[in-house]
Amino acid sequence: MMLLLNWAGVFALLCFSLGLLCAALRLMRGPTAEDRVLALDTVYINGMLILLVLGLRFEEGLYFDVALLIALFGFVGSAALAKFLLRGEVIEP
Amino acid sequence: MNAIPAWIIVPVALLMIVSGVLTLIGSIGLLRLRTFNERMHAPTLGMTLGVFCMVLASTLVATVLQGRPVLHEFLISLFLIMTAPVTAILLMQSAIRRQGGRRPE
Repeated sequence: MMLLLNWAGVFALLCFSLGLLCAALRLMRGPTAEDRVLALDTVYINGMLILLVLGLRFEEGLYFDVALLIALFGFVGSAALAKFLLRGEVIEP
Repeated sequence: MNAIPAWIIVPVALLMIVSGVLTLIGSIGLLRLRTFNERMHAPTLGMTLGVFCMVLASTLVATVLQGRPVLHEFLISLFLIMTAPVTAILLMQSAIRRQGGRRPE
């Protein structure tokens, strides 16, 4: 039974890594700037999911904190980039 | 990874597989769809349901191992559900403005 959980973890890690690769390709290729911001969003979501799987596999509580921090700062980064694309300034006077 | 009872392993493994497949579908959609207005929709699949399934699996394992309800992992899911629409709205407004102010038909 432990083997099933192990292989499910490996499968999930493989899926998230492939998703990370797809998002990185879109990040390099993307025709518009909005595409790149969206790809950055997907990159940090996939990285956060990889950290959650690792935390489940190693039974370590520290991975959750790292994942929460990635979610927080990823949102701040992509929202600031989107606001810059929209207005030309991040924080308006 | 010791002493996880057998009846909890099956749903946890299923949730992990579902989360991986959903997130992979979302990322492939981000790569394959043609216009930006279509690509906008694909990664939200992994952002909501993929993260929720993974968090649920992690919560199940932690709850069974520690013998008490461990719910703090839902913070990630709650936070993403609150903040994903903000980024989506800002990005879509910026895309509409850069396409010349006309709405996509």
